[in-house]
Amino acid sequence: MTKEECKKIVLDIIADIAPDEDLSNVKPEVRLRDQLQLDSMDFLDIVMELRKRHSIEVPEADYQQLASLDSCAEYLTPKFLALVAKG
Amino acid sequence: MNTSNHYDVAIIGAGMSGLAAGIRLAHFGKKVCIFERHNAVGGLNSFYSLSGRKFDVGLHALTNFVRPGVKGTPLTKLLRQLRIDRAEFALCEQKQSRVAFGPGGETSLRFTNDFSVFESEIAAQFPVQIDGFRRLVTKIRAFDDVSLDAAPVSARAVVREHITDPLLEDMLFCPVMYYGSAQEHDMEFGQFVIMFKALFLEGFARPLDGVRVILRVLLDKYRQAGGERRMKCGVTKIVAHASRASALVLDSGEEITATHVISSIGAPETERLIGSATGKLPLSPGRLSFVETITILNRQPAELGWGRDTIVFFNDSPRFDYVCPDEPVDVRSGVICIPNNFDYGPDLNLAEGIFRVTCLARYDRWAPLPEADYQAAKRAWFATVQRSARRFVPTIADDALAEATLTTDMFTPRTITKFTGHIGGAIYGAPVKHRQGRTELENVYLCGTDQGFLGIIGAMLSGISMANYHILQKG
Repeated sequence: MTKEECKKIVLDIIADIAPDEDLSNVKPEVRLRDQLQLDSMDFLDIVMELRKRHSIEVPEADYQQLASLDSCAEYLTPKFLALVAKG
Repeated sequence: MNTSNHYDVAIIGAGMSGLAAGIRLAHFGKKVCIFERHNAVGGLNSFYSLSGRKFDVGLHALTNFVRPGVKGTPLTKLLRQLRIDRAEFALCEQKQSRVAFGPGGETSLRFTNDFSVFESEIAAQFPVQIDGFRRLVTKIRAFDDVSLDAAPVSARAVVREHITDPLLEDMLFCPVMYYGSAQEHDMEFGQFVIMFKALFLEGFARPLDGVRVILRVLLDKYRQAGGERRMKCGVTKIVAHASRASALVLDSGEEITATHVISSIGAPETERLIGSATGKLPLSPGRLSFVETITILNRQPAELGWGRDTIVFFNDSPRFDYVCPDEPVDVRSGVICIPNNFDYGPDLNLAEGIFRVTCLARYDRWAPLPEADYQAAKRAWFATVQRSARRFVPTIADDALAEATLTTDMFTPRTITKFTGHIGGAIYGAPVKHRQGRTELENVYLCGTDQGFLGIIGAMLSGISMANYHILQKG
């Protein structure tokens, strides 16, 4: 699992929960909220889909780690790697 | 524990809110079952068949309509949360609607899905009020109407800070109240804001085949997500133990258990299932109920001169009285819906003409009538309701309308209670709402009308919010 793959996973989830958003030019370093219309319900869904699809748990205290694609990759990649190691 | 009879979540009622909650929960892997006493889904927004025709109940128009690309409104939130592609609802926009006041509809404000139409009508007919109206709209746009813990404020009081002409005030309240207020005379401002946005700032639309299309989409999503559903299987009792629901007793006598229970049947109705032993005062049910007359025509209403208006909110009295009447029906005000007057596209329309009229009604004037008297009352009031409403649409001679009429039907407060179980035929539930959906039991939550997001879209958002807030967010 690379950081790029991790970003792709998050983008795929956003594409499913917000199909009306254009994701072709999402800047990885900019907060998702500042470039897409995502509200707290949508962020909850990103967390829930991570759990459902990839068995990744994001505790509420860590939600701010999902602010941008870059921060998602920093935060989630070790979790994915830990799962692979365990798996 | 017998796992086949245990659910993560049991949902009582397969209306819009229960189905929406079910979709969310099933999608995220919860074992969910919806229990519905009736043989059809939809609850207060359902349909029935009579002599081969399908009749919608509830839905005049889906409110909250916004065009593709408009984001952050209830409709968009709902589509995202339920993973529905907006094309699945196949929504067609209204042509125009009106608020018509005075014995012959002398003051009439037109509105469409383009808010500027309504604004310019008010500017033209209430020039002194337009600045105040614009300030009110600014306030409404900025208001956080989905807050689960806002303090209640009188909508009449807030509106009067900006609008000083009682006629305009009533003309704003009439549509908003008719499409969702469980409270007489006044509304809570948050509720007013929800409805004002839903009707005026957003708008009306419907699928050609009506409420069935929306229900079919919801059912398909629920089934695909793995949700279970038991029809003709109501819940007769919620068994409480140590402040929690420990089991549900079904109509069949069978018992099931669930970690969480979501009840869409109303707050007093849920309390009745729990059989409150806490000594608290019982919740009072709503008093506002309605009759609706349905006239099926052998031609398009446009051929009779009724081709312009989709919805008309009418009132003939000096003040608009939104109150449970003393009489069986109050025909002084009401709502006309002509479902043919949505823009379904070139050469597409409903096969027959439909003319529906809704008026305020009193449940206890209908409930105790013996069958023959009930039928006679329906016939008599049908004629009175229709006569009253026809004052607000272009004139058609009685014999011409009779000649065009294929059949008629009518539902009353008694019909509503019979098919939905809502006490007193209270379509919009109890006047006091429970925004957080809490009940006296820790693991029983309300969704639907008594949680307090209004309209069809509101009902679905209510189910979604309560499923998120009480269950999904907690992991």
